[in-house]
Amino acid sequence: MTLFYHELKQGRLALLIWSGIVAGMLAVCILIYPEMARQMEEVSGMFAEMGSFSAAFGMDRINFGEFIGFFGVECGNILGLGGGFFAAFVGSAALAKEEKEHTAEFLLTHPISRQSVVLQKFMGVLLQIAALNLVAVCVSVLSALVVGERPEPKLFSLLFAAYILLQIEIASICFGVSAFCSRGASGIGLGLAALFYFLNLIANLSEGAEFLKYLTPFGYAESADLIERGGINPQYLAVGLLLAAAGVLLAFVRYQRKDIL
Amino acid sequence: MNVIELTALTKYYGKARGIIDLNLAVKEGDFFGFIGPNGAGKSTSIRILLGLIAPTSGTVQVFGRKQKEQPRELLKQIGYMPSEASFYPNMRVEEVLRFSAGLRGCDCRAEAEQLLSRLDLDPKKKIRALSLGNRKKVSIVCALQHQPRLCVLDEPTSGLDPLMQREFYAILKERNQQGTTIFLSSHVLSEVQRYCSHAAIIRKGRIVAADEVRKLGYTGAKRVVLRGVEEPPQLEQIKDVVKSDGAVSFLYSGGSGALLQALAAMPVLDVTIGEPDLEEIFLHYYGEERANDAFLS
Repeated sequence: MTLFYHELKQGRLALLIWSGIVAGMLAVCILIYPEMARQMEEVSGMFAEMGSFSAAFGMDRINFGEFIGFFGVECGNILGLGGGFFAAFVGSAALAKEEKEHTAEFLLTHPISRQSVVLQKFMGVLLQIAALNLVAVCVSVLSALVVGERPEPKLFSLLFAAYILLQIEIASICFGVSAFCSRGASGIGLGLAALFYFLNLIANLSEGAEFLKYLTPFGYAESADLIERGGINPQYLAVGLLLAAAGVLLAFVRYQRKDIL
Repeated sequence: MNVIELTALTKYYGKARGIIDLNLAVKEGDFFGFIGPNGAGKSTSIRILLGLIAPTSGTVQVFGRKQKEQPRELLKQIGYMPSEASFYPNMRVEEVLRFSAGLRGCDCRAEAEQLLSRLDLDPKKKIRALSLGNRKKVSIVCALQHQPRLCVLDEPTSGLDPLMQREFYAILKERNQQGTTIFLSSHVLSEVQRYCSHAAIIRKGRIVAADEVRKLGYTGAKRVVLRGVEEPPQLEQIKDVVKSDGAVSFLYSGGSGALLQALAAMPVLDVTIGEPDLEEIFLHYYGEERANDAFLS
């Protein structure tokens, strides 16, 4: 587990920064909720007039006057985008950074198998995602308590579970990319996360593009759907888990055979 | 026993040549030099030996076992020093050494302390604050702190000052006397000649000579230096003529009778006839193409 602890130590500053930003934005969003709730009539009217724009963000199907509805849309975007970009960042850097910074030669001439390198690095990625979300959950609960809200535990947990799954899927796919690239992996990873986000917006706007929801983790981590259904769409999730597994498997296969130049 | 055995090893990077049909054997306890200019295939051979890259064809055996089958077990007994030492820049020297020891699952603190002291390296310094020479020193400690049976050193002295080079070779000599096999690649011929017992010369991905260092020096050619004249005698077997103020030096591979006869007819003040050094031997193996500038530096 030496490499696993090393990974956590190497990533701690980035984790602190990202956790601080995501949790800080969540806190700000929740703390302004009471003011938003007071203006809710005007806000709801405004959203109703926005047509497809509201549909793109799922705001046409959600009650913005309730805390969970507000939390789902506003905080869901922060968790989805912020958490998703963090997941893309750590996932895509995990293997590629060793080649980019020329430390792969140092690492792989130690008695550690490449499978073990991939496994320990992936575990490091998962733990960093878990740590970011733990901070996000704690800050969200505390902020909700400060504004006098008691979010329904089941829906609150469901939203966080969906966004954690989304982050794991993005991280896993980017982890696969990381095994193929020695340079530019972070750019590709962040680009993929953005692409997934926009695919979901397109799917929300057009019925003909609904199939895109299968391809993007934002398809099953859509707050409006989650609150409406009271659960995650199992079909979208199944495809997402398959894509995540493919990413990790590709990383194992590719890294095993890769020439370290 | 052969500690390293490379058999018919070939590596192509796409269409580009790495090494071709390379055969090499290094015996246990040897101090082996691997000589060749930049781009000849030294690092490619070493990277295959360590499992960093896969050969296109051929086999690698280390300690009598196939490298491909037991890479972890073999790497436990190998200490490697790359030509360019790169570490995690935000770590301290002591953290890198601890990380390296941790990956090997051993407590190397005592040995590391001794090496740090001999190499005059501060363990508290951040890697990013180290000069190239000091990063090399970290690399030396990483390669030696676990007391490996085989040391593989790729261009180990580049970036080290002469005093440190001497200390480094003193450490290697001690390790070699304790039974460690040393395999080092270099384009500095003088250090191979001074420290290695066996050597192989690699040219354009192929081994062109491999033998004891003293035998490699025997090519039948002599280095002749004449003072008092500025032109060599008119003989056919003369090459590598170097003229300087009032003297001329050349490599001669013909019979001694013909040389003496030619010299007797010249106004020579002084004659020195000696064995050519490895640099000249290398030129001999490289023929007309000569070594590149880096090699001769």
